[in-house]
Amino acid sequence: MPTFVYMTRCDGCGHCVDICPSDIMHIDKTLRRAYNIEPNMCWECYSCVKACPMNAIDVRGYADFAPLGHSVRVDRDEEKGTIAWRIKFRNGKKDMDLLAPITTKPWGSGYPNLATAAAPSSEMRDSQLLFNEPKYIRMDEGGLHTLESNGLDMKEGVYY
Amino acid sequence: MAYKTIVEDNIDILVAGAGLGGTGAAFEARYWGKNKKIVIAEKANIDRSGAVAQGLYAINCYMGTRFGENNPEDHVRYARIDLMGMVREDLAFDMARHVDSTVHNFEEWGLPIMRNEKTGAYLREGRWQIMIHGESYKPIVAEAAKKSADKVFNRVCVTHLLMDESKENRVAGAVGFNVRTGNYHVFKSKTVICGGGGASNIFKPRSVGEGAGRVWYAPWSSGSAYGLMIGAGAKMTQMENRIVLARFKDGYGPVGAYFLHLKTYTQNAYGEEYESKWFPELQERVGIEYLDPEASHTTHRPIPTCLRNHAIISEVNAGRGPIHMVTMEAFQDPHLEEIGWHNFLGMTVGQAVLWAATDVDPKYENPELTTSEPYVMGSHATGCGAWCSGPEDVSPPEYFWGYNRMTTVEGLFGAGDAVGGTPHAFSSGSFTEGRLAAKAACKYIDDGKAEGIRVSDAQIQRRKEEIYKPLETYRLYSNEVVAGTVNPNFINPRQGLDRLQKLMDEYCGGFGVNYMTNDKLLNIGLKKMAILGEDLENVAAADIHELLRAWELKHRWLTSESVFHHTLFRKETRWPGYYYRGDAMKLDDKNWHVLTVSRRDPKTGEYTMEKAPLYHLVGDIEDKDLAKLKAEGHH
Repeated sequence: MPTFVYMTRCDGCGHCVDICPSDIMHIDKTLRRAYNIEPNMCWECYSCVKACPMNAIDVRGYADFAPLGHSVRVDRDEEKGTIAWRIKFRNGKKDMDLLAPITTKPWGSGYPNLATAAAPSSEMRDSQLLFNEPKYIRMDEGGLHTLESNGLDMKEGVYY
Repeated sequence: MAYKTIVEDNIDILVAGAGLGGTGAAFEARYWGKNKKIVIAEKANIDRSGAVAQGLYAINCYMGTRFGENNPEDHVRYARIDLMGMVREDLAFDMARHVDSTVHNFEEWGLPIMRNEKTGAYLREGRWQIMIHGESYKPIVAEAAKKSADKVFNRVCVTHLLMDESKENRVAGAVGFNVRTGNYHVFKSKTVICGGGGASNIFKPRSVGEGAGRVWYAPWSSGSAYGLMIGAGAKMTQMENRIVLARFKDGYGPVGAYFLHLKTYTQNAYGEEYESKWFPELQERVGIEYLDPEASHTTHRPIPTCLRNHAIISEVNAGRGPIHMVTMEAFQDPHLEEIGWHNFLGMTVGQAVLWAATDVDPKYENPELTTSEPYVMGSHATGCGAWCSGPEDVSPPEYFWGYNRMTTVEGLFGAGDAVGGTPHAFSSGSFTEGRLAAKAACKYIDDGKAEGIRVSDAQIQRRKEEIYKPLETYRLYSNEVVAGTVNPNFINPRQGLDRLQKLMDEYCGGFGVNYMTNDKLLNIGLKKMAILGEDLENVAAADIHELLRAWELKHRWLTSESVFHHTLFRKETRWPGYYYRGDAMKLDDKNWHVLTVSRRDPKTGEYTMEKAPLYHLVGDIEDKDLAKLKAEGHH
């Protein structure tokens, strides 16, 4: 469903404009608040909903097949590393809370610095290996698979 | 025009489009090019751009060699039977032998990958898929790319590649415009790695009105991978191989975890198994080599995705629709029920919204499935894309011209949807292809292949005028009418997109004609495409946002024209269930066990088509279970 923005909650900060992959969250120049300018190009990806610090953005299912009266809300918390969802059915019979992790590490940690990592040798440059390979392929001392190592050949025509 | 021209010069590696493929390229390039200038240009924000913007609940390509699960050749055999034989096996083998290292890097960066508590291995959804909590998959991966890149230009839509004027057929960078400021951006670069996306929204979607954004592949996947490369004269392959998806109706929620992990299954409206009764006739048409239900039931060999679609389409046409996913059994288990919902929230929230809106509780009713409109892309169960060189140690001579993942344009590389003949790469494989392209691009530069590139101011100025022409068209003619969107001098991007979608649907085998076309329809369609191409010279944009839509439309048009030519060229029905050539309903291995390759002359717009030989990996990968069956006399 396409997104919409509650008038009383939006403060026009523009986080949704900054993140929307479809470039459809824009600031209304008169009201100085965000709105969805092109609902039929909205994927309901919830990127803007998750990014909104005011919880001002929600989704109302696509009018051509989704009846009114439902709710799917989300709270994404980078510090806690979790995402919390609440799904409410139109008939009120189902009301679910679901929680999932979004990362195993503090944000921004865990990355190598490739600019300062040891430079690859010329042998490695001439090989088929990528960064961290062969170690990271199997996390042991095994090497990269080749046609030769796996007893393979390439043959033209049908294979059967 | 009031817009500024901003030139970024002396770039070594320009990544045009940074989804999973482009971020992989930017990340890896820093390792091989410590002092190289690496720049990303992306039309959205790389934290949430590309097909994985919303997240994923599974990584669909992981060998698990670490856990003794699969070898790269197993993946190749799987991909080739799923694609009815049509795979660049050198590229597939190469991607598969590296993909595990990509996934292990992801885990180190913080991506939560589920584990099987008993074995300690990653939790498998199916033989190739592992389960993740991937809501933040894209921001986690984008962070790695940001750490490697010198500069990231978010909100710059790349419209064209720049070409070298000292040496023909060599790339020299790219141009585009900022969708916020409107400024003109020029990137002068020694190499370009095209990480643009495949194409949604080129065939008329089943959804109408407001729901037209609820497409299976992201609505922002505008075929820019193909539009950019075709426009530069790069050869393309397998562009006829569009994909149709069997998915939950309307929401297009994923079915992979449901089939593989939750063990749900399908039945027709009357509760009957329907698939097997369509197979004998289908086997007559495609041959036992491609459809062998007995072998598929007793071995790991899959029934090709397109053929399973064919059974759904046929059953619905026979009046026994809709097809249902039987969820009521699995969903009695609260743990599996939770996984079923998490699966949507992690990658297709809209399906959860739809079930909440329509009170569909899969515990108490079996939801409807449908077959989608077709999509053109190169990383799911289909392999559209550029004709690229493979790696030196695997590729036969016809598949190798010096640099891994380099297109037929010198210095232009591809990753993800951009590379043709490499289905089943998915997210992890696309990132891996970006890494392979980045290493090769660094080598290309170090080998001195990018010396003496010259780009004239005339070329830069010509592109600038071309890019802003839709704004100029609007300025010139919009006041000729009182108000509204009807104007005799131009069409707006939405009107152009509607015409393209209708045309593709009716002439090129969309859902509206049950995926059927023939030589006559395709020839009529091509004529109409040419006229639409002329009208797109008069597409008008009222503002910068519409200018973005105008250029997305032009990329979609170039993609679609290529799909038409390829579909006309391959005179057989290779993938029943994806599309049918009514004038050649059988699979024809005698004449068409080949890859199709096209080139559009950038000066004249003329297409040339050719067949390229198809090589297969043979040797130690013979299917041992299948061989045993044969030895026991089943065939």
